[in-house]
Amino acid sequence: MSEAAQRLAGDSRGDLHSEHQVLNMGPSHPATHGTVKFLIELDGENIVSLEVFVGYLHRGFEKECESGSWYQAIPYTDRLNYNSAILCNIGYCMAVEKLLGIALPERCDWLRVLAGELSRLGDHLTRCGAACLELQAMTPFLYGIEARELTWDLQEELCGARVTSNYIRIGGVKHDMPGDFPGKCRAGIAKIRALLADFDKVVTQNRIFVDRLRGTGIISREDCIRYAVTGPVARASGIALDMRKDEPYLAYDRVDFDIPIGEVGDNYDRYLVCVEEMHQSLRIIEQCLVALSRMGPAPVNVADPRVRWPAKDGVFNRMEELIQQFKAVTEGPMVPAGECYQAIESANGELGFYLVSDGTAVPYKVRCRPPSLINLAPLPLMVRGAMLADLIPTFDFINMIGGECDR
Amino acid sequence: MEDCGSGILQRLIAERGEHLESTHAQHGDATALLRPESLLEVMRFLRDDSELAFNMLTDLTAVDWLDRAPRFEMVYHLYSLDWNHRLRVKAGVPDAPDAPAQVDSLCELWPSANWMEREVWDMYGIRFAGHPDLKRLLLYEEFEGHPLRKDYPKERRQPLVGPRN
Repeated sequence: MSEAAQRLAGDSRGDLHSEHQVLNMGPSHPATHGTVKFLIELDGENIVSLEVFVGYLHRGFEKECESGSWYQAIPYTDRLNYNSAILCNIGYCMAVEKLLGIALPERCDWLRVLAGELSRLGDHLTRCGAACLELQAMTPFLYGIEARELTWDLQEELCGARVTSNYIRIGGVKHDMPGDFPGKCRAGIAKIRALLADFDKVVTQNRIFVDRLRGTGIISREDCIRYAVTGPVARASGIALDMRKDEPYLAYDRVDFDIPIGEVGDNYDRYLVCVEEMHQSLRIIEQCLVALSRMGPAPVNVADPRVRWPAKDGVFNRMEELIQQFKAVTEGPMVPAGECYQAIESANGELGFYLVSDGTAVPYKVRCRPPSLINLAPLPLMVRGAMLADLIPTFDFINMIGGECDR
Repeated sequence: MEDCGSGILQRLIAERGEHLESTHAQHGDATALLRPESLLEVMRFLRDDSELAFNMLTDLTAVDWLDRAPRFEMVYHLYSLDWNHRLRVKAGVPDAPDAPAQVDSLCELWPSANWMEREVWDMYGIRFAGHPDLKRLLLYEEFEGHPLRKDYPKERRQPLVGPRN
């Protein structure tokens, strides 16, 4: 070999990049439904290490809550997890009710369970649908989104708004369901079941989908516990952890439903867990409709002058009620000094609110324990050594929702 | 409801009572206020004791009591998967101009503490001794101040930050 050829060969060996490459992905990447940035160190196509940057959707939720009344925080909670806004409403209101020592009327419990499960259904549909979209499958995404539209239509029937519902009140709900709601809801459930069946036919046994999901993004049971991962991600890793069963709230102790548990803890298990949870949510909604119709008309709000406005008749004719109404509108409820933590099972896991009151009409502290953020923390662990493409489904099935993660 | 978690608190008082300042179970939430210097030791006991087995650090945050001493309070929420019980642990954190607020990191006990402690540093400016990578979580490096402190005005504007290379 001539000297020149040797030099050339040496150069071309040098040109084979053997050093690691750093890739910036995000904060607004078409393959992630969420505003998040990954700084990825790549060895070829394999992830050596990954750092997650969150906070792009930080709006100062906690700071804002500390400057309004206890009621004014409810619309902000709508915007935490905007895929399942009602569940966030429920979590916050239940925490305030715990501080106030309020017991809810039974009809309100059932209405909240009904609204919450509709919300959870919409969240899981988004997760599974968007995951397909980001794996380049448009059709199942449209099935999922069509079914989500149906849940949003039902939410609109129930409370007048599709996404940010603002349906839950401290001590109750905005109003009872409309008279024709049960019929529409049953029709909606039938359509959603049909769409889920279509979704199942296209996706669950699909070779490409299964290959992309099975064995990718594995997280062990032990790591879930160490990272305090909750919700479908933890259940897919074999942890029977569900607040609805472990610490039943509202009417969940009177509802018959099952908790699906995975074995491996990979993306495919997470997909299967979410699908099964959607069927269980539909089961719960049907039971709520039966219980509500059996119960007949009943109050949906607690009769507590601290949180509810007095009856209009009293306001117009009596001094005491007029003062109550005036105080309720201008100040809002006074919450006794103290602290409490109340958690519910949201679509992503344990959604907790830690509230501190100094006895005034303004919250002293409103801490939201965001399952999205905490479930996202072990992501580097889940994709270490994996192909770059495996990051996409793994991130999708963690279902990080920017509004809740960044608050 | 008020006696919820009394078994947990009794066990804690019996085993590590010397490190506790007070306990209560307001609204049914078992709560223990610790002396801050014994935080790591008591937390390790809570995690490893077979009768308590708090294997999950569910939540971690701080409260700014501006006019009180100590100024800050760390608030930890623990959950035991084995026993399905919960405990809130609190520890006061003093803050002085010559000794800024600092508390031991729990990252070595529960990795879930990592991001949540970064958030507390971000929002309250409390440092965590022994944290592997203490930097802001939700806000950006150039942000001035710690917005959840009670003396941070809500209306305050931040300087514009140019593009980074």
